[in-house]
Amino acid sequence: MSRLNEANVELAQEIIARYPRRKSALIPLLHVAQEQNGYVTTAAMEHLAELVGITPAEVLGTASFYEMFKFEPQGKYMVNICTNISCQLLGGEELLHHAEKTLGIRPGGTTDDGLFTLEDVECMAACTEAPCLQVNYRHEYRLDHDDFDTLISELRSGSRPDIPDHGTLGLVRQHIPDGRMAGIDSPEKTGSPEWFTARSSN
Amino acid sequence: MATNTYVPHAAGYVDNEGVKIVSSRFQYEDSYTLERSLSTGGYEGMKKTLRMQPAEVAAVVKDAVLLGRGGAGFPAGVKWGFMPPVWPRYLVVNGDESEPGTYKDRLLMERDPHQLIEGCIIACFALGLNTCFLYVRGEMPVAQERIAEALNDAYAAGLVGKNIDGTDVSIDIVLHWGAGAYIVGEETALIESLEGNRGMPRLKPPFFPAAKGLYMKPTIVNNVETLANLPWIITNGAANFKEYGSEKSPGTRLLAISGHVKRPGVYEVEQGRVSFRELFYGHNFCGGIKDDNDLKMFIPGGGSAPWFFEEQLDLLLEAGDVGPAGSMLGSGAIVVMDHTTDAVKACLRVVRFFARESCGKCTPCREGTSWEEKILQRILDGHGRPEDIDLLLEVGANISPSPYPVAAAPESGLEAVPFPPKQTTICPLGPSSVAPITSAIRRFRPEFEAKIAAVSPVGAGA
Ligand SMILES: Cc1cc2nc3c(=O)[nH]c(=O)nc-3n(C[C@H](O)[C@H](O)[C@H](O)COP(=O)(O)O)c2cc1C
Ligand code: SF4
Ligand code: FES
Repeated sequence: MSRLNEANVELAQEIIARYPRRKSALIPLLHVAQEQNGYVTTAAMEHLAELVGITPAEVLGTASFYEMFKFEPQGKYMVNICTNISCQLLGGEELLHHAEKTLGIRPGGTTDDGLFTLEDVECMAACTEAPCLQVNYRHEYRLDHDDFDTLISELRSGSRPDIPDHGTLGLVRQHIPDGRMAGIDSPEKTGSPEWFTARSSN
Repeated sequence: MATNTYVPHAAGYVDNEGVKIVSSRFQYEDSYTLERSLSTGGYEGMKKTLRMQPAEVAAVVKDAVLLGRGGAGFPAGVKWGFMPPVWPRYLVVNGDESEPGTYKDRLLMERDPHQLIEGCIIACFALGLNTCFLYVRGEMPVAQERIAEALNDAYAAGLVGKNIDGTDVSIDIVLHWGAGAYIVGEETALIESLEGNRGMPRLKPPFFPAAKGLYMKPTIVNNVETLANLPWIITNGAANFKEYGSEKSPGTRLLAISGHVKRPGVYEVEQGRVSFRELFYGHNFCGGIKDDNDLKMFIPGGGSAPWFFEEQLDLLLEAGDVGPAGSMLGSGAIVVMDHTTDAVKACLRVVRFFARESCGKCTPCREGTSWEEKILQRILDGHGRPEDIDLLLEVGANISPSPYPVAAAPESGLEAVPFPPKQTTICPLGPSSVAPITSAIRRFRPEFEAKIAAVSPVGAGA
């Protein structure tokens, strides 16, 4: 059930074709798995192992290194609050404490209704907009505690259609039309591109 | 162009007075579209490139003295020259931006992806290669979708891919996205990650990417902002580029100035011409310290940089001056802290970052950073011991043999120790954790002592 579905297998094949070695596609494919199920299931990792030609243990070995991959169900909305230095200076930690109180959970926890998971995270490249947070990795800037409460009630009432469920990242994917690809160089190939050789020999 | 307008759709970006080399389109709401790019000179540099010889293009970049904008500040043209005549070879774009305080590559990717794509093609052409991987940080879905859309449009318009702009030149750019790990920003870790592995750095030597990089083939890793400069440089020429900035550091930098200032924001600033004082107090920049408070300290180049103080305010934004003064400009991230800031708390927060992000490959970093965090935490919690201050310095010295780079402290007659630090580790992450510790203890030792003196008798913590 939690292997990749048919559409995602097709997507996985398209992604794999953009790399000279299949294993290079592993992190993007883990994201596809996480998008499908909201987290990375064991069955999905076994499926990915087949797709890229490595062992399931190797898939887990890679996946477990990266913070974004979760191995158990998460809230529909992952609320990540930055407490790193620029945000700390302008109330990031207080915002986190407010969130803990409001949601009734600690960092790493999920609300009983399965709507929210809270995390205390590192710099999210929005330091001039402190204090800031991400909901499913979409930024919200310069929030005071009221802004936070408003955001939470908007999410509860479903009035933030711009924020997709946890697991979904970019809503647009790269797609190279047939016949438009130059041809990815495999490491086994030798010799420089023809255009380069032609232009460099005079 | 208005003076000092905060640009809402490019949150954080301040459109101030001055030359715009990489942020010229940020003022437009549709800056990320192909239409806007093409109507404002987009892809002109690439088209010019395609009419040149690859070596000529490389020579222009070398002549422009384009210093890498990812942190180390190494000239791109010189780095390109390190590639041995071996094929295949790859270009990997570093869009993993996650150094504390750094916010500029995300803006460049979200607001002007076509400029970056054009820069990639120019670099690939000069390097004689046809496969480029553009690695975007995992936690940046908007950057990922903007780049995906831009690539799709550019492929469809014949600006990327097979037979670019009707020529015989064919180059692919593949969007890749990560999954959350600061260390992956280090170039050899980025390559490991792109190979589908845990993002742990490789030992340099022998694994200098230019010689042994992706799939052990010659690979150039360049930062997003570095490449975003190329269209302008090729279109306008190296001589015009050198009209801006200083002789040693031509051109501009996109600086994120955050923390306790009145107008925090991302500013495009000419290198070598503006002092930190002007950046913090000048009307064209941040307009003063928040609430007119006093400055206590500032980080001039991201979480990894040793701290500066009042005495360094008149230094220019010049890598060649900041290094000998004991720190670095790093990733263009300036964090300003006023007199209300608790030095121990700020120090702990930056150290905690490195402890969390250590990849664990080498012992001094893995063990050392978590000790540093533990000791600082107990001092802050009121369980510090008198010997803890020296213990912190000792743990630091195991990761980075002293003397560690610091700013001068004229009042105490102490001189600056120049950047960079020494390291007992595989990569510079471990040594970076020592920066806030030595900076804070050297300057604010009494604050540490006061917290320790106020120790609560219950339990001595860890
Ligand atoms: C721990 C660590 C993290 C780094 N993170 C980044 C990063 O997020 N983005 C980046 O461009 N460079 C980062 N760097 C620097 C890269 O290793 C590399 O020097 C840079 O990408 C080269 O590009 P440039 O020459 O164009 O500056 C990091 C280095 C270290 C040691
Ligand atoms: S210094 Fe730290 S982050 Fe760098 S390789 Fe060693 S353990 Fe990993
Ligand atoms: S420190 Fe919070 S976004 Fe950078």
